[in-house]
Amino acid sequence: MTWREKDRWQRLFSTGAALSILLFSTGCERRQSALHPASVNAERIADLFWWMVGGGLIIWAVVMAIAFFATRAHPEAHGVRSARWLILGGGVAFPVVVLTGLLIYGLMLMPQLSSTADIDLEIDVAGEQWWWRVTYQTAAGEPVELANEIRLPVGQRALFRLTSPDVIHSFWIPPLGGKVDMIPGRTNTLVLEPTQTGTFRGACAEYCGSSHALMKFEVMVMEPDAFADWLNRQAQPAQPPQSESARQGQTAFLANGCGACHTVRGTEANGTLGPDLTHVGSRLSLGAGILPVDPEAFTRWIGHTGAIKPDVKMPSFGMLPEDQLPAMAQYLSELQ
Amino acid sequence: MMDETQTRPEHAPEVPPGSRESLWLLVSGPTIWAAHFLLSYLAVSVWCAKVAGRAGPLGDIRIAIGVLTALALTGIALTGWGGWRRHRFGEATLPHDFDTPGDRHRFLGFSTFLLCGLSFVATVFVALSVVFIRSCE
Repeated sequence: MTWREKDRWQRLFSTGAALSILLFSTGCERRQSALHPASVNAERIADLFWWMVGGGLIIWAVVMAIAFFATRAHPEAHGVRSARWLILGGGVAFPVVVLTGLLIYGLMLMPQLSSTADIDLEIDVAGEQWWWRVTYQTAAGEPVELANEIRLPVGQRALFRLTSPDVIHSFWIPPLGGKVDMIPGRTNTLVLEPTQTGTFRGACAEYCGSSHALMKFEVMVMEPDAFADWLNRQAQPAQPPQSESARQGQTAFLANGCGACHTVRGTEANGTLGPDLTHVGSRLSLGAGILPVDPEAFTRWIGHTGAIKPDVKMPSFGMLPEDQLPAMAQYLSELQ
Repeated sequence: MMDETQTRPEHAPEVPPGSRESLWLLVSGPTIWAAHFLLSYLAVSVWCAKVAGRAGPLGDIRIAIGVLTALALTGIALTGWGGWRRHRFGEATLPHDFDTPGDRHRFLGFSTFLLCGLSFVATVFVALSVVFIRSCE
């Protein structure tokens, strides 16, 4: 091997290694990885995936071995009869058997994944450009609306009814289950039964416009008691503002017409065009999973909405007097 | 050992008397498969939309698809058998790639047979879905 060839192989090897690291590092974050299943259905799908990966590797190894045998170990002409058996066995019988097995396994799995029997909880989720309207149906009968956040009790089966009022979106929480499209005019269902507590991340998995990549949400799986407490708190109207700054913020919020699009239960704000903000300060993210929830993020979001999320329906309120933005941010942060 | 693929055109027998080559037999298998898929899909769609409801059972429509599948598989098998007989006509063996009427006859037969094999498996795969999925859900 000349130095030139050696150099070429080294470069090829290092490029391959770099690409492999890049490829595998993208799946490192467990909370948005389908390879770290945290629900009954996701575990079933992951099992199927790993069996297929293993089977694919074995088939690849066998094909490579046959190629080596035919080109290096025995490069002479092979008999017509043996070649014919190889084609019939490896090219016809084997694929038919493998594909039939995979198909039957998949078909047996599908009714289990889509069964809506024994449901403990019902949640309506509407994908809207570019946020998520989440409505919990409660035993008391009064639905509880929130946005861009889903909390689930561990070990209980939650039925999601998925819709969209505008364009096609797709609801996907990779560690909890496969994605399901949200199609205008249709209601698709999805059942998730989480097996682990923790915080996960969901995303829109169908291109839905300029801010599609900024349409995410947080998912928290909790112990059933903690979940019941949380849902009970979410059902309450908003607490009156505690600080002077927040009181000024509430006045500014109502005076500037924010209530035309947003609801804050317990106040005059009862708009339904945008997300319900009754307990927005208690949420895990702002702007559909793209900002943290703190007064600085609220100030930035209200003042530069269009810059943070292009083409969003909410106008930027950067023109407000300087003292109003921080006051509104304080008010919203206190909506726990 | 004589290579069986080297069949000379002058040794190839002529086409059977009265036969007319056409491509209809070649496309029959895949056409039956496509028709079976379309009819099954339509039948289940109409059943779930108009009779059983979105979460209702597939019920009797599974039997209808079973009958349809038996008919389709019989049609594909008969077509495949016809293709096999054309492929086996005369003394020549594979590949049928000489530009003679006899080899054209055998080539069309062999292609028909292979396509029927594919169509048979594909039709069974379509039918398997109603064996394991029993509701419209």
